[in-house]
Amino acid sequence: MHLPIYLDYSATTPVDPRVAEKMLPYLCERFGNPASRSHSFGWEADAAVEEARNEVAALVHADPKEIVWTSGATESDNLAIKGAAHFYGETKGRHLISVKTEHKAVLDTLRDLERQGFRVTYLDAQKNGLIDLEAFQAALRDDTALVSVMLVNNEIGVIQPIAEIGDLCRARGIIFHVDAAQATGKVDIDLSALNVDLMSFSAHKTYGPKGIGALYVRRKPRARLEAQMHGGGHERGLRSGTLATHQIVGMGEAFRLARLEMAAETARVRRLRDRLLDGVSRIEAVHVNGDMTARVAHNLNVSFAYVEGESLMMALKDLAVSSGSACTSASLEPSYVLRALGQPDELAHSSIRFTLGRFTTKEEIDYAVELLRQKVGKLRDMSPLWEMAQAGVDLDAVQWAAH
Amino acid sequence: MPLPVYLDCNATTPLDPRVLAAMLPYLETQYGNASSRHGYGRTARRAMDVARQQVAAAIGAHPAEIIFVSGGSEANNLFLKGAAAAFGKGGGAVAFSAVEHPCALNAARQLARQDWRLIELPADATGRVTRAGVAEALAQKPRLWSVMLANNETGVLQEVAEFAASAQEQGGSWFHSDAVQALGKLPLDFRALNAAGVHALTLSAHKAYGPKGAAALAADRRLDLIPLIAGGGQEGGLRSGTENVAAIVGFGAACELAASRLDSLPARLRRLQTRLEAGLVPLGATIFGNEAPRLPNTSYFAFANVEGETLLTRLDRAGFAVASGAACSSANPNPSHVLLAMGVPQALARGALRVSLGAETTEEQIDAFLLALQAALAGLKNLTALRN
Amino acid sequence: MSYSVKVIDHYENPRNVGGFDADEAGVGTGMVGAPACGDVMKLQIKVNDNGVIEDARFKTYGCGSAIASSSLITEWVKGKTVDEALEIKNAQIAEELALPPVKIHCSVLAEDAIKAAVADYRKKHCA
Repeated sequence: MHLPIYLDYSATTPVDPRVAEKMLPYLCERFGNPASRSHSFGWEADAAVEEARNEVAALVHADPKEIVWTSGATESDNLAIKGAAHFYGETKGRHLISVKTEHKAVLDTLRDLERQGFRVTYLDAQKNGLIDLEAFQAALRDDTALVSVMLVNNEIGVIQPIAEIGDLCRARGIIFHVDAAQATGKVDIDLSALNVDLMSFSAHKTYGPKGIGALYVRRKPRARLEAQMHGGGHERGLRSGTLATHQIVGMGEAFRLARLEMAAETARVRRLRDRLLDGVSRIEAVHVNGDMTARVAHNLNVSFAYVEGESLMMALKDLAVSSGSACTSASLEPSYVLRALGQPDELAHSSIRFTLGRFTTKEEIDYAVELLRQKVGKLRDMSPLWEMAQAGVDLDAVQWAAH
Repeated sequence: MPLPVYLDCNATTPLDPRVLAAMLPYLETQYGNASSRHGYGRTARRAMDVARQQVAAAIGAHPAEIIFVSGGSEANNLFLKGAAAAFGKGGGAVAFSAVEHPCALNAARQLARQDWRLIELPADATGRVTRAGVAEALAQKPRLWSVMLANNETGVLQEVAEFAASAQEQGGSWFHSDAVQALGKLPLDFRALNAAGVHALTLSAHKAYGPKGAAALAADRRLDLIPLIAGGGQEGGLRSGTENVAAIVGFGAACELAASRLDSLPARLRRLQTRLEAGLVPLGATIFGNEAPRLPNTSYFAFANVEGETLLTRLDRAGFAVASGAACSSANPNPSHVLLAMGVPQALARGALRVSLGAETTEEQIDAFLLALQAALAGLKNLTALRN
Repeated sequence: MSYSVKVIDHYENPRNVGGFDADEAGVGTGMVGAPACGDVMKLQIKVNDNGVIEDARFKTYGCGSAIASSSLITEWVKGKTVDEALEIKNAQIAEELALPPVKIHCSVLAEDAIKAAVADYRKKHCA
């Protein structure tokens, strides 16, 4: 068993060896620029790009013409939200709706738009991480131009009711964007049935390479965008810049494998995740964050009361796990997602996200459970809070010296 | 000599095997997210740090001046839109050369929608931006400048340092240069350029034997930029999104390689270019920009009364990959904006072919290409004669 | 976050974890910090009749640097008089453990813990 054990598949996944194998020729002899129209190097690259586009479209039941390549889900989110807000801002209005538990790529993009005069409603999540559809409906206004709700949350793995949200948006002619970076290969996505106008994808969360993503842009009814990157007019003018053929080929193969293997893989990963949950639940004073039913099979997010998050991470150095999302983990702030669920800061601080994946084994899970049991025990033996709790002190009633 | 022969290195270059070797571990086993705090993440972060140093070293910049982005187009967009946004409402004037790459041209033109005045700096018949044009622009006090170092179609070099110095003298402006075609073909010294008044340079990996998907804006730390892509706050908040570690590692390796062979490769390319052009002239070719200092690998030419597309098709069939102009606009049937800016007649411009040589090009390939070109031209003349 | 060798050593082999009966003679207890801030330190000192700290114990809820800072001060205060213990400054702790700027607050908290433990001891014994 290789240490540290990688349980951070929502931060990034390894490139599947089958994907890497498919990419290699496009790094070596098939290096052409897909925009080169005058020779076979270009044609070959262009054909590979289009085949990959078909595969990405097939996974989500879209038309290949609805897929626009980007450098990743962050760029897709920026393009979708700024592009639609700018296009529809004048005609439909300048009000946007999203949720407090969205990824930073969505939240920071919305902040940019607020600075440009757009107004944004950030909906609360319920305690289980899901949005309240009634509250959502109540937030809709006549000047609402765009709604952005993620399909699968990156920290707690809950699945938002995007079908229902989409129906409400479509009925009012509101553009609906969904960040699906964490969802591909994890849940079925049928864009032929969903009322979703724009959807962001990433390759590196689904066993493809980093540096490549896509944006789905619906054709019927047509969703319109203002381009954010200008240049040679690639991607029908929506996103200029030389296409990175090998990365696109990798994304196509990764999404093809996801389509073929999702059902079996999800069942296997769910068994492992439930084994982890079972083991962790045997430790006292553990809180599971987020709904366990409307949730992807590979995610478990738990808080260990009375131990501090950073020292817990340090104790778990044999586990590559994440506290909060990878993008914010350089800061000492507690997870804003858990805070939005109403978690007290100390529980948010001590949360650990375990995300399992294609290469996770039973042995790794068993090792992780035993390590958690030992290390949490050791830290609690050292914790004055645990001591007080054991003595029956109500910690909430204690007057802490402000620091 | 194996066919086909690739003579389109300004569109993209083949990946050097040493660069591939540097990248492979980051595609296979070292897959961490560079923003993760665990060992996998730290390994990726360290690899990026090394790459940043390699890119900086190749152009004499400080690692903190390197902002990694997804491509040259993005870097040009980041400078033009990001610096314009930092000036806030009200706009100003943006000066850019008429021969810029479409991504700089179109990004600059977008600024017109935010009330920026556009000043197109004219080029002369040799493809060079004129001093008179720059002087005229100075009177309008542009806040932003973008003049490329080496043109992708003609290979013509611009007097960037001189123009930047004039802008600097006036003050209150930021000067950018697209250097994607210069990397590895010319010595690049960001310190010296910066001292002259150049505040930002665009570099791209795949034009210099690195992978597609990694590029950089080398930027003076004083340059105020509003990011184009918001999110997790990577690249010091200037470019969010999970870092493309493998491609960035490849970019670093490609820059190191470029620096290591700057003594030998450009001179070798120049000899090949001379050999090629010595063969083109007797065939009746007009070579564009050959009166100006040019890149050592680029030859842009046309034959009177010969249609470029037909010639390209014949050359491709004979096993030679060349271009009619910029790759990204090669679906565009209009003649090159660069040639039109140089005053080349439409008919001749429509016939333009670009041959861009690379590290793997050999004399044998040049000679074979000239023979194939001669045959293709003869074939076309016969056709024309038949039709007449 | 990369920790210094000394932080890792104290974190992995914390010295003097535990506690004394707070009501016992000569024991001073200091508890500083707050759960919401991410650190709570409890330091106990046992002072003999000559005013010398004979023994010390700690429990800490906090990051590796907070645990290391409290472990370190239990070693440092031992054998010192209470007045000498009060001379220990956060800068010394930070220097000894090579704490990065973002972790300086851990050393400040440790200094506060000494002050609080001494104050508690004095309140009980000098009143």
